[in-house]
Amino acid sequence: MRLTAIPGEWIDRSTEVEFQFEGNTYRGYRGDTISSALWCAEVRLLGRSFKYHRPRGILSLANHDINALMQAGQRLNVRADVEPLAAQQQLTSVNTFGGLQADSGRWLNHLAKFLPVGFYYKAFHTKALFPLWERLFRRLTGLGKLDFDTPHLRTPKDYDFCDVLVIGAGASGLNAALAAADAGAEVVIVDENARAGGSAAYQRGGKADSYTQINALLNSVVKHPRIRLFTSTVAAAYYADHWIPLVDEQKMTKMRAGSVIVATGVFEQPAVFHNNDLPGVMLASAAQRLIYRYAVQPMQSAVVLTANADGYRAALDLAAQGVNVAALIDMRSDHQQVELAAAVQACGINIFHAHCILEAEATADGNGVAAAIICPFDADGNADAASTMRIPCDGIVMSVGWAPTANLLYQAGTRMRFADDVQQFVPENLPEGVFACGRVNGVYDTVHKLMDGARAGRDAAAYLGYGSAGNAVTIVETESPSHAWPVVAHPKGKNFIDFDEDLQLKDFENAVQEGFDNIELLKRYTTVGMGPSQGKHSNMNALRILARLTGKSPGQVGTTTARPFFHPVPLSHLAGRGFSPERLTPLHHQHVQLGAVFMPAGVWQRPEYYAQAGLTRTECIRGEVACVRNQVGIIDVGTLGKIEIYGPDAVEFLERVYISRYANLKVGMTRYAIMCDESGVIIDDGVVARLGEQHFYFTTTTSGAAPIYRELTRLNTLWQLDCGLVNLTGAMAAVNLAGPKAAEVLAPLTELDLSLAEFPYMGIREASVAGIPARLMRVGFVGELGYEIHVPAAYADALWQALWQSGQPQGLRAFGVEAQRLLRLEKGHIIIGQDTDGLTTPLQANLNWALKMDKAFFIGQRSLQIVAQQALQQKLTGFVLDAGYNGTVPQECHLIIEQGDIAGRITSIAWSPSLQRHIGLAFVRPDLAVENGAIAIRLSDGSMVEARIHPTPFYDPKNIRQQHPAQELAA
Amino acid sequence: MKILTCPINGARPISEFTYGGEYRAMPDPQTASDVVWADYVFNRNGAPSVKLEWWCHTPSTTWFIAERDTARDVVIRSFLFDEMNTQGGAA
Repeated sequence: MRLTAIPGEWIDRSTEVEFQFEGNTYRGYRGDTISSALWCAEVRLLGRSFKYHRPRGILSLANHDINALMQAGQRLNVRADVEPLAAQQQLTSVNTFGGLQADSGRWLNHLAKFLPVGFYYKAFHTKALFPLWERLFRRLTGLGKLDFDTPHLRTPKDYDFCDVLVIGAGASGLNAALAAADAGAEVVIVDENARAGGSAAYQRGGKADSYTQINALLNSVVKHPRIRLFTSTVAAAYYADHWIPLVDEQKMTKMRAGSVIVATGVFEQPAVFHNNDLPGVMLASAAQRLIYRYAVQPMQSAVVLTANADGYRAALDLAAQGVNVAALIDMRSDHQQVELAAAVQACGINIFHAHCILEAEATADGNGVAAAIICPFDADGNADAASTMRIPCDGIVMSVGWAPTANLLYQAGTRMRFADDVQQFVPENLPEGVFACGRVNGVYDTVHKLMDGARAGRDAAAYLGYGSAGNAVTIVETESPSHAWPVVAHPKGKNFIDFDEDLQLKDFENAVQEGFDNIELLKRYTTVGMGPSQGKHSNMNALRILARLTGKSPGQVGTTTARPFFHPVPLSHLAGRGFSPERLTPLHHQHVQLGAVFMPAGVWQRPEYYAQAGLTRTECIRGEVACVRNQVGIIDVGTLGKIEIYGPDAVEFLERVYISRYANLKVGMTRYAIMCDESGVIIDDGVVARLGEQHFYFTTTTSGAAPIYRELTRLNTLWQLDCGLVNLTGAMAAVNLAGPKAAEVLAPLTELDLSLAEFPYMGIREASVAGIPARLMRVGFVGELGYEIHVPAAYADALWQALWQSGQPQGLRAFGVEAQRLLRLEKGHIIIGQDTDGLTTPLQANLNWALKMDKAFFIGQRSLQIVAQQALQQKLTGFVLDAGYNGTVPQECHLIIEQGDIAGRITSIAWSPSLQRHIGLAFVRPDLAVENGAIAIRLSDGSMVEARIHPTPFYDPKNIRQQHPAQELAA
Repeated sequence: MKILTCPINGARPISEFTYGGEYRAMPDPQTASDVVWADYVFNRNGAPSVKLEWWCHTPSTTWFIAERDTARDVVIRSFLFDEMNTQGGAA
């Protein structure tokens, strides 16, 4: 029933909203939540519980429970208690079989005694039965129905900054925000509710004072130039250095605050008695929210169960709105609230002291409350079930205690202590820059809350240098707002602690009896607090029960770990944009024009091969290979790391980081370079070129470019040598022009003398190519005459076009990474990371020729000394398949088997057009690595292929082709 | 997200930094026994304590030392390696 207009109500009576629930049409007002509109329409059955499919209605109306979990079209698990009503919504309850009313899952309620705590652990002992259980539970479990056609939602991510972030816009939070802003801080205050004000707006005690007061406070906050107020915004987590995700309907805002005030208040906790989950049994705060936010009458005739002053105020609120309060049951024998009690009695409400509700009697259909059965309750928490009394009512209102909304405080690393005077965990030791005030801090009285808020506001501002800290005041509550034992045993059970997981008192007793008597174990065994509401309404009672059963105090029992997020956050809010950065070389569009098929190489996109009309991938690659071997090819090698080093100690630096010697490298010459880590494992290779006595230019692998440069700068910092490094990876473009006709392509474009005497193999020259300043290196990676030409990136296009034009008479073609891999394999040149792994030393990779152990020092040297004394475990060796082999070709990583044992593995394998057979590199046991020796390779299907050890290079073993310029070769 | 202070670029989010491991003095390779050397190469002390660590501000490639209490994950101070002799000592 809708009440007459109430000051401060959230509904807009001028706008009606029509919606459907379980096939029936209802009307509410704009500003209603789904639950408030349904409750107003006298709908009491809002959902079914997870395990026993019990009828459920409103419990907290505050997102602290999930009784009313609904599906709205493609949106799953909508929380009806807090979800704003939207027009034409089609809502259904989740977790039912055949609709909410007729739910055939109800029979599970009668099987409760066969579903004991720890059921899964007990049921799944027989492996053979597991498929049966799995089928059963897959059908029974899961909430909501996923629509696989749901569109991909993109939500923006926002970044924001403030001095002081206040979380919770109740009395203490608002006052904290004012105090901090008055001190000069820029303040943001957030509240998850649609409107600010907190409990003061609805815990009115039948009067308007608290609402008027909070409204005035809210007005001064809204008007303050240094305060921004965000409602319907959840502070979802706490991350290091005051980094708070603020989640609203549209987006997530990553808020970086200078300091944080947690004024998040408390969760009201249910009393535990038989049938305490019936629709109509609700928390007092839920009843008050129904009244003051949505002007909905919670019930017609109520029994109020309480153990604090809040319950008395709730009774007054109900009475003021025309609800017949049949009785007020106070679990305590006495209290300090004389005036409140007098006001309650003045309304004609009977007060029973030292009594409890033993059970809620269900209506005939089982979907509502018919009466409260009460009985005496002694100071030790024992109910006298023999002397009961029946009080007819259609609703029960519970106000027996609170638990702190300390989730973010725990996440921030706050040490909490259990305060006996308020029966609540309160912050004992807060992290730097984190402050707490109000009820989460154990402060309940209205005046005290304002004082505490002002103190926290001044402290948080002073932490950032605004104003001075507040005076620490000791605030003592006159009585505890929470009962130490709001739990009533009942022989028939069904006295629920966790409403998400349908956990009853006896489940905890059994779990403890079975030895799960530590809070973390108890949680995992019973699953308490593991449901969607994450223990907001259940953890406190669970730990009280554990404390009582184990004879400890709640403080000794402690709490479980609080983790993000505070409320579930939609994945669409969390998902990023799929941002995976790629680097393109300055020649990228040239490759595109030539039909390149690209492949990722580290962060780079490189041409794998150039597609040609009517040719397969393999044909294209073989064509590129043939072109390099017979005419001339060009490959973009701009992805290589390119570093320049200059200074008196440049030589010394290179001597220390590479395993070869560079002190004797002549100016104008290059040398292969292998880098090891401290354990002597190969991590990178490249070419070092000497441009001057104190000036070198060197390359790293494509994937090593960034990390190797970074590590070299660290080493330069550590060693404090007199030299400087410059990373030219992006600044320089590079191509390798290779093939017997390479010199003929290059010669017309440069004045450089390309003769062997003037520009020998492994030489470097600085010259102009097609008018572009260039560094040219005579390299032999692919085994033909080759010029690696490095130019500033801006000239890359011009260079490519000049070479391309000059090369057309010679049949120049571009070749990709795949062709290069084959060409280098024919030469037996290794690729770091493919032919080496995280344990490969130069000794194993046949690189002894490069290893200068007699140098004073290089990284890995000392480790290699030790390794050299040990027997070699494996050796990188060439192998070939029989020339006529036409079976399944082995692949990289296939194993070499010797007498049933693993004796090695393949690292590279490919068809060699030059040798007309498959060739490869493999790690093999040294005793097997004898020329022409037979090795057996095991294919994926288990069959064996024979191969023979073959020396490298496979092609041009004397390396004649790469050393001599073509014209001299021809001569 | 944590904030780390680079001695050159100031306070920046941790995503701008690369961790370079604990600062550990290398034993003299000439005199160290195989056991001492292997311990240096392979073993790391993960016990929570105040440690000197290498950090690099990635966009500017600025290496520096941060003194961090790994138990509390709090950076006590950060300084350039040049100041190791005047600032350091703990190593």
